[in-house]
Amino acid sequence: MVRINIDSKEVEANGESTLLELARKNGIEIPTLCHHQAVTPYGACRLCLVEIKKEDETKLVASCTYPVREDGITVLTQSPKVNRVRKMILEFLLARCPEVEIIQEMSAEMGIKQSRFILYDNDDCILCGLCARVCEEIIGKSAVSFTDRGPDRKVSTPFNEPSEECVGCTACAFVCPTGAIKVEEWDEIRFIEKWNTEIPLQKCAKCDMLYTPANTPGYILSKMQLPENLLRLCEKCRRKSVAESLSNYDVTSKNVIIKK
Amino acid sequence: MKKIKSPAELEKLRETLVSQNNTDKPWVTICCGTGCSASGALDVVSSFEKAIKEKNLDIDITTKVTGCHGFCEQGPLVVINPGNIFYCKVKYEDVEEIIKETLLEKKLIDRLLYVDPLSQEKVKTEDEVTFYKKQLRLLLGNNGMIDPTDLYDYLGIGGYGALNKVLQEMTPRQVIEEIKNSGLRGRGGAGFPTGIKWESSYKAEGDLKYVICNADEGDPGCFQDRSILEGNPHSVLEGMIIGAYAVDSGQGYIYVRNEYPLAVKNFSTAIEKARDYGLLGENILGSSFSFDVKICRGGGAFVCGESSALIASIEGKAGEPRDKYIHATEKGLHDKPTVLNNVKTWATVPLIIEKSAEWFSNIGTEKSKGTMIFSLTGKVNNTGLVEVPMGITLKELVFEIGGGIPGGKNIKAVQTGGPSGGCIPEKLLDLPLDYEKLIEAGSMMGSGGMIVMDENTCVVDLARYFLSFTQDESCGKCIPCREGGKQMLSILNNITQGKGQEKDLDLIREIASVMKDGSLCALGTMAPNPVLTTLQYFPDEYLAHIRDKKCPAGVCQALIEYFIDQEACNGCGRCLKVCPSEAITGHKEEPHELDQDKCIKCGACTEVCRHEAILVK
Repeated sequence: MVRINIDSKEVEANGESTLLELARKNGIEIPTLCHHQAVTPYGACRLCLVEIKKEDETKLVASCTYPVREDGITVLTQSPKVNRVRKMILEFLLARCPEVEIIQEMSAEMGIKQSRFILYDNDDCILCGLCARVCEEIIGKSAVSFTDRGPDRKVSTPFNEPSEECVGCTACAFVCPTGAIKVEEWDEIRFIEKWNTEIPLQKCAKCDMLYTPANTPGYILSKMQLPENLLRLCEKCRRKSVAESLSNYDVTSKNVIIKK
Repeated sequence: MKKIKSPAELEKLRETLVSQNNTDKPWVTICCGTGCSASGALDVVSSFEKAIKEKNLDIDITTKVTGCHGFCEQGPLVVINPGNIFYCKVKYEDVEEIIKETLLEKKLIDRLLYVDPLSQEKVKTEDEVTFYKKQLRLLLGNNGMIDPTDLYDYLGIGGYGALNKVLQEMTPRQVIEEIKNSGLRGRGGAGFPTGIKWESSYKAEGDLKYVICNADEGDPGCFQDRSILEGNPHSVLEGMIIGAYAVDSGQGYIYVRNEYPLAVKNFSTAIEKARDYGLLGENILGSSFSFDVKICRGGGAFVCGESSALIASIEGKAGEPRDKYIHATEKGLHDKPTVLNNVKTWATVPLIIEKSAEWFSNIGTEKSKGTMIFSLTGKVNNTGLVEVPMGITLKELVFEIGGGIPGGKNIKAVQTGGPSGGCIPEKLLDLPLDYEKLIEAGSMMGSGGMIVMDENTCVVDLARYFLSFTQDESCGKCIPCREGGKQMLSILNNITQGKGQEKDLDLIREIASVMKDGSLCALGTMAPNPVLTTLQYFPDEYLAHIRDKKCPAGVCQALIEYFIDQEACNGCGRCLKVCPSEAITGHKEEPHELDQDKCIKCGACTEVCRHEAILVK
């Protein structure tokens, strides 16, 4: 058990936890754009920097990657030093992608009306890497990753070619904080512009509705032990089919447990 | 050849080698480090071999291919023994004459001797060269003596004696104490006490521990690590074996740039030889201690010299740094306790063990012990690798070892610590070089880069250049470094083009402080250093670019114009011929004219003019 002080609030940590997790658990909000609880902390956006004091030493650390291990440290999540860095990071981001709503909101909250920096004609991607981490860690595919470095860094498929690995699950678009990954569907195709990738859609075996990227069910089945027929149907038909099969059961039988 | 099974066997072998070494017999060493090889040293070697083979010489001459002496600008270097005669810039054609005159008739060849740039005197031996006089070459000194591919050569100069001592007389704890007492600090630049680092790893729990040698030398113009690996690879290997023994590691890695082919080759040979002789691998010298080393070749990313990025790269991941709130000594390579040290640090270890911590701690300053190798380059007469005791002043380094500034020009500043270091002005030349003093001056030790600048260097342009380097080499992971660097660079570009405003200087300082406080790794926190130090020491030069739209040093193209001095020009036509944009016109033997509209400000005319008739304003 470790006891620390965050913004004048005494909090306790059990076992391994990061400063960000601990603060959130105790109702203290720290802004961040590259963090998602489902994936490994990355420490790239630096918006979650907080000031920690231990003994005579004061420093800024990224709360998303900082492990809470030392008893008695004091944490300030909004000290003048923290706010100074946070504000300028938002100014940088405003100059990079001025159209992105969440960055406009966060900037406004910090009292930034306009960025002092040169606007770069860029897409809405802030290079937080959540898409790449979700694809690797949750989906198990690594269809996209960072390429190049420094000012040329971007997230892309290998050699910018249409991805052979992508299963079209669009988990990347789901976690993207800025809406930079846009998904469109037409003519039996799902198209992810940022990855230059088209995935054919599959029809429901019963009602013929297009309901999933064609290679997703097979991939899910290879990862999880599910009945093979289950994913051949769209969500509606699947529910119906389960209900029908249940209706054939004797509901008074002890073998069937109906949960609330 | 058979494995050496005990420390006693190793000593016996060494005694045999030393007794067989006949120093009266003439022998010639030829430096074949990367610098000398590029200047044709390999041709000189083949020329010697050919002459010895084809001509029936009356004497038996031994030739030895050695590593780098550090004085690459004078290469290929050849040393003739007995007599320790030092020849510079030796060519293939010179060899026959060297054999006939110097080796057979004991006469000096005047034209091959080194000429002191200040006194113009010719110098006979290496020790008399001013470049070497003030140096203390603990790490580099043996480079010129031994064939790096020959284990016997290293054994002959006492090599692996420290390992022998450690295995026979010292416990791991004692080794760590000795290194702690010596005061050795990391030579990679940060200067963390080596003994304390080892102790943390020693205390960390783990069945598997690693030691790593960081040979990802990436600073432009720095090549000291390369020279040690090429010229004396066993010294690094011996240091690593001792370190592994101290922290109980069974596996080591050396992360070396693949652009260092000779270093990779010579270190590979050293590993193989050491394994063959039982100095590496299972049961080293018959003891219960086992340790092996693998070579990991880097792809040339500057950021991979940062420890966490280097470790990620060895793990097969992209070379990107991560937050190091948990140190590598606790969770490093594959999450196991890991000691990572620079090439120079490892190479220093055997010296300390052999000669004692006390001996080592008597060299240097109070907090910075031992020697440091600097790559002395730029506007200085003698360039090359310079190994000096810590605490030597910049002035001694530039004016005594470096022989001063060429062309009688004034010194303006010295950039230390590579592209992320700082620019130290002339008024601070009495600064003693140690870790703390350099940081106080806004710079750092870094990996030992040292670029001398004369009055014709524009510090704004210099800062812009270094920042563009660190920007290019930034991994781009964290926003302060990636976006902050990009924005700061565009402001500097504007200033050098005469489009700057005075308020830009405050914005630069503000960005710099955010990069320093917010960046994930040292590349980002250090990148603003050249900008901040030049702003601190040369504010007027920035203001001249902004207010007067002038570049006082005459460097920034947008702010200068070239003119032809009508009185000085004699119409020789040299400038006219080289001008790529046909901006210069004129008849022979009449003063020429320069059309400002056509001039692209390349400076080609200035370089060829022999009458100082091209003026830059």
